[in-house]
Amino acid sequence: MGMWGGGAAGGWSTSATSMGPNARRGMDGWNDDDLGKVYDSAVVSRLLPYLGPYRVRAFVALFGVFGFSLASTIQPLLIGFAVDDAVRGDLAGLTKMVTWLVVLVAISWVFQYLQLTQTGYIGHRILLRLRTEMFGHIQRLSLSFIDRHEVGRIMSRVTSDVTALQELLTTGSLTVLSDIMVLFIVIALLIERDMELAFVTFASVPILVGVMIVWQRKAREAFVAVRQTISTVNATLNENVSGVRVIQSLSREDENARRFDVINQENLRANVSAGRLSAAVLPIVEGVVALSTALVLVVGGMRVAQGELTVGVVTAFVLYISRFFDPVRDLVLQYTQIQRAMAGGQRIIEVLDTKPEVVDRAEPKVFEVQGRVDFDDVTFAYVTGRPVLQHIDLHVEPGETIAFVGQTGAGKSTMTNLIGRYYDVTEGAIRIDGVDVRDIKLAELHRQMGVVLQDPFLFSGTIRENIRYGRLDATDAEVEATAQLVGADTFIRRLAKGYDTRLAERAHNLSVGQRQLISFARALLANPRILVLDEATANVDTQTEVIIQGALREMLKGRTSFVIAHRLSTIRDATRIVVLERGHIIEQGNHQQLLALDGVYARLYRMAYAASGDSGVITDDMTVADAAAPTA
Amino acid sequence: MRILIRLLGFLTPFRGLLLVTLAMMVGASVFSLAVPQIIGYALDSAIASQRAGGGVVWRSLLTGFALIMVAATLRGVFAYSQQYLGEKLSQSVAYIIRNAIYDRLQKLSFAYHDQAQIGQIMSRATQDVEAMRQYINMGIIRVGSIVILLIVTLILMLRTSPTLTAVSWTFLPLMAAVSIYMSSRLRPLWELVQDGQGRMSNVLQENLSGVRVVKAFSREDFEAEKFNVEVEGLFRHSYRTNQLQAKSGPLLTALGALSIVSTVAFGGRELAAGQITPGELVAFVVYLQLLQQPVRMLGFMINIFSRTVSAGQRIYDILDAESAVQEKANAVVLSPAGTRARGEVRFEHVAFGYGATTPVLHDVTFEAHPGEIVALVGPTGSGKSSLVNLMPRFYDVTGGRVLVDGHDVRDLSIASLRSQIGIVQQDVFLFIDTIRENIRYGRLEASDEDVEEAAKAARIHEFILTLPDGYDTWVGERGVTLSGGQKQRISIARTLLLDPAILIFDDSTSSVDMETEYLIQQALAELMEGRTTFVIAQRLRTVKAADTILVVDRGAIVERGKHADLARGGGLYQRIYELELRDQEEAFEASEGAATSHTATSTTAASAASA
Repeated sequence: MGMWGGGAAGGWSTSATSMGPNARRGMDGWNDDDLGKVYDSAVVSRLLPYLGPYRVRAFVALFGVFGFSLASTIQPLLIGFAVDDAVRGDLAGLTKMVTWLVVLVAISWVFQYLQLTQTGYIGHRILLRLRTEMFGHIQRLSLSFIDRHEVGRIMSRVTSDVTALQELLTTGSLTVLSDIMVLFIVIALLIERDMELAFVTFASVPILVGVMIVWQRKAREAFVAVRQTISTVNATLNENVSGVRVIQSLSREDENARRFDVINQENLRANVSAGRLSAAVLPIVEGVVALSTALVLVVGGMRVAQGELTVGVVTAFVLYISRFFDPVRDLVLQYTQIQRAMAGGQRIIEVLDTKPEVVDRAEPKVFEVQGRVDFDDVTFAYVTGRPVLQHIDLHVEPGETIAFVGQTGAGKSTMTNLIGRYYDVTEGAIRIDGVDVRDIKLAELHRQMGVVLQDPFLFSGTIRENIRYGRLDATDAEVEATAQLVGADTFIRRLAKGYDTRLAERAHNLSVGQRQLISFARALLANPRILVLDEATANVDTQTEVIIQGALREMLKGRTSFVIAHRLSTIRDATRIVVLERGHIIEQGNHQQLLALDGVYARLYRMAYAASGDSGVITDDMTVADAAAPTA
Repeated sequence: MRILIRLLGFLTPFRGLLLVTLAMMVGASVFSLAVPQIIGYALDSAIASQRAGGGVVWRSLLTGFALIMVAATLRGVFAYSQQYLGEKLSQSVAYIIRNAIYDRLQKLSFAYHDQAQIGQIMSRATQDVEAMRQYINMGIIRVGSIVILLIVTLILMLRTSPTLTAVSWTFLPLMAAVSIYMSSRLRPLWELVQDGQGRMSNVLQENLSGVRVVKAFSREDFEAEKFNVEVEGLFRHSYRTNQLQAKSGPLLTALGALSIVSTVAFGGRELAAGQITPGELVAFVVYLQLLQQPVRMLGFMINIFSRTVSAGQRIYDILDAESAVQEKANAVVLSPAGTRARGEVRFEHVAFGYGATTPVLHDVTFEAHPGEIVALVGPTGSGKSSLVNLMPRFYDVTGGRVLVDGHDVRDLSIASLRSQIGIVQQDVFLFIDTIRENIRYGRLEASDEDVEEAAKAARIHEFILTLPDGYDTWVGERGVTLSGGQKQRISIARTLLLDPAILIFDDSTSSVDMETEYLIQQALAELMEGRTTFVIAQRLRTVKAADTILVVDRGAIVERGKHADLARGGGLYQRIYELELRDQEEAFEASEGAATSHTATSTTAASAASA
């Protein structure tokens, strides 16, 4: 995985850490390690249309390949003629040959330039289009797609697989084409010059091909080992630098250094054995070339001595030998490249052909939302057969604040995900103002709905841009007014560049509380009718906490709100508390009602906040066991 | 240049290997140059024998055949050895540099890691190390072989015909110049391309990580536009690179061909004039073909050197970094292995600052006795974390001293000090490993039973048993995803296993549900038992339980005492209490009220269980 992007910065961190044992065969049904066929008609026929707009250029490129191969291949022949002329003392002939040679050099120059510029253009254009299309397509895919596949793997498809395909389209196809052409031209020329000597030259081909095929099989394994060991090295380094504080506080440095050394040595060994293999290619090819040359010399020399052949012919043969074996070697080497590109192509198509699960109906409804939300007998499962929510009925009037309470995994987030139609219900229906959410235009639904996530994800860019994310056409004044409303304005203005302060990677230059306030402003700027809020209670200082509580009150005012609540103040202020357990609503009512009910909520509440006053230590083991046991 | 030479220092352990590799390189170059000579010789003898009317040709041709095969075999052996040994050499150097970087990073104190960015460190460990490897393999060994090839060829050619050599070599410097010029223009472009790829990946990664936000705001088109800008920029740069290569490649090919053509043109004349033999002319042509590739690569080689200088500089930035915390030569062991220290902590007029200009703590004096709980309270940035970080010596004081069991921490061996201090962070870091190994992380010799005992005390044992592989379940991306509360309890188990005398706990609520919260409280209670505990406190419960509350503001202790006194003291503590803790107090009271009225059932059950 670490291969993509040409080792570019930025990407590795996601890829490196995900290289565990058997990393590539994920549970998501994606298999990223196999090589494809050399010719996969499904891939070719699906991707060929991308070449369509560049038909003329492709033709020019082909013409260039042909012209270059021909012009450059004839050169040794003419050199041979020139030598013969010189041996004969025919200076006029020599001059003529040299002139022709110069012309040929010029011709091959022009043709090579043509082929390189054209294929480069086509390849890069297709690359551009494929990436744009893939990205656009991924944007349309439902959340379930992202749930199923790791970020790093999706990325490698958009980056490295597309690059592999592009390489095939440009250098790869060019090399193959011109290799084949050169091979044919050389064979024809040699046979035409001298049949016997030609066959002497070809005699060594099977040796080369045989050896290269065996070599390649071994090399593939060796290079896979290199790739895997280096990812492990990088992943380990990455993990240990991230966790250096823990390592130092637990005094694990020596043990870790020992382990890293083992991993590092494995990588060294894998590299050295791969090096042993790759060092062999050149000697093998040159050995065969030498054998061929020696044979040609003996046979050709004999015939020169007997006056049957000129020195020029033998010279031409000697010069052609390497031109003959180079393409043979290249073609064998290209084989794997092509397989890899085909496999990449297949993976690209897999992404492009994934259908988004949540899509607009044919004529989706557009209307101004009032804020009534109904869950009518809703059942939902992320994985078929394992329902996360079962027969949920919940009816919310405009302006209500609903607090969801329950254990991790009770279904709180799922409830909120369904309101925004990030997933479609398995059974039943969710209605907004009486209209099934599946009938509402998605973009419109999301426009009128604000979402604040527990982890306030901000994008790189300025603070202003991040707030404006909520409504792209908002003016600067509106952005600032909203920030003021949630109480973020004060700290933003205190920054050196105010609203134009650039956020660092993952906004690490802001505190968690500050990030949260910005994400509040972002949601509020859209002035949504329905608000979904996954409340985070992170470590914020007193002042920020006060501001956040104020902001929350401001945000909930006059909107239908659904809060996954952690703050006592939020829970208490909610018009209704909905207690979820294992996908069912087991209690609902306001704080006082639920305490009076003395059910699950009352117990949870006591558990979290009650403590024997003096020591802060609760030793009541039975209560824990009691609480942990399912009530249903 | 100093860097290039300094880098050679990494080769010292491999002096022998380097010498052998260089010898192999010379051998490979010499024998590859022998082949054209032999071809020339064989051809000439064939012609001579033809002119003599045939006869002796067999012998000289067979000699030629044998010589070529011998030369090719030897050349093959030498070339193979050179390449293989060169790879081994360069990989060994990469291995050593990686280990050195790793060890250095592990030993550098927090002060270094505070300002270092992991992305940058990783690019040093990957790309810069790779640049070093290339420098050894391509830069030193290959450049050496190219130079030898050029010199020997030049000598051989000069011996045959100085005039023809002059003609043959007119185009080679031109080729070299073009290659170097084009490479120097390509280099910045390549950097732009690489940069562009990085930026594209970043946008992609950010988009995928933030997909929920993107969808929530229906910003798919906006995001697509953002991505397209990057991809189009990348297209422009890579296409420009391509165009430049499309220009330089054919030009170099043409120049190379011209060098051969001009040799044939002039050589043909000399041949006709009888100044050289046909074999010699052919040898010239073959030599020129041999030289094409190395000369074309010169630009690439030069790039390697300039890349090495900047990469080497960055690597030495890490390797030369001195840890701000150094162990004394005659450091004292705090308490013998396997025994627990007392846990007496004393701060005497401690001052501390991260930089010279920004004091974080000044004149901090207090002491904590074994078994006590000290709560640190104060606004963000007041210096609470800095204060506790001085005890395990993650940083060194800039004034005064920190004593543990009467020893200045700077006199103690770092490992023996840190093994007596357990830390539970708010942001728990677990390693990609099994749960068992994560708990065992601080005490490798702990038995499986010890691990389970610790997990039980940390109230996480039951949960672990519900996992598919129990204690052998992997955590992290490839394994189970744990909630914040579960992670925290694992880290409590990890700390318990360490059995430290001193405990530092960052008590801040991360988002956990109420039940988990309760379990964590219980685990903590177990952990604090009999240790000197420092808590960065956010919770009313904790401050109420503390033996001493230290209120920290702007780097100084402004109030100290117990909750009951401070809450009415009219100072900072009272303000914090009213703003932040009061809310909890209400719940507290409410629940206490509730507890008296209707927790009879659970209380009875509990007392029955504990009985």
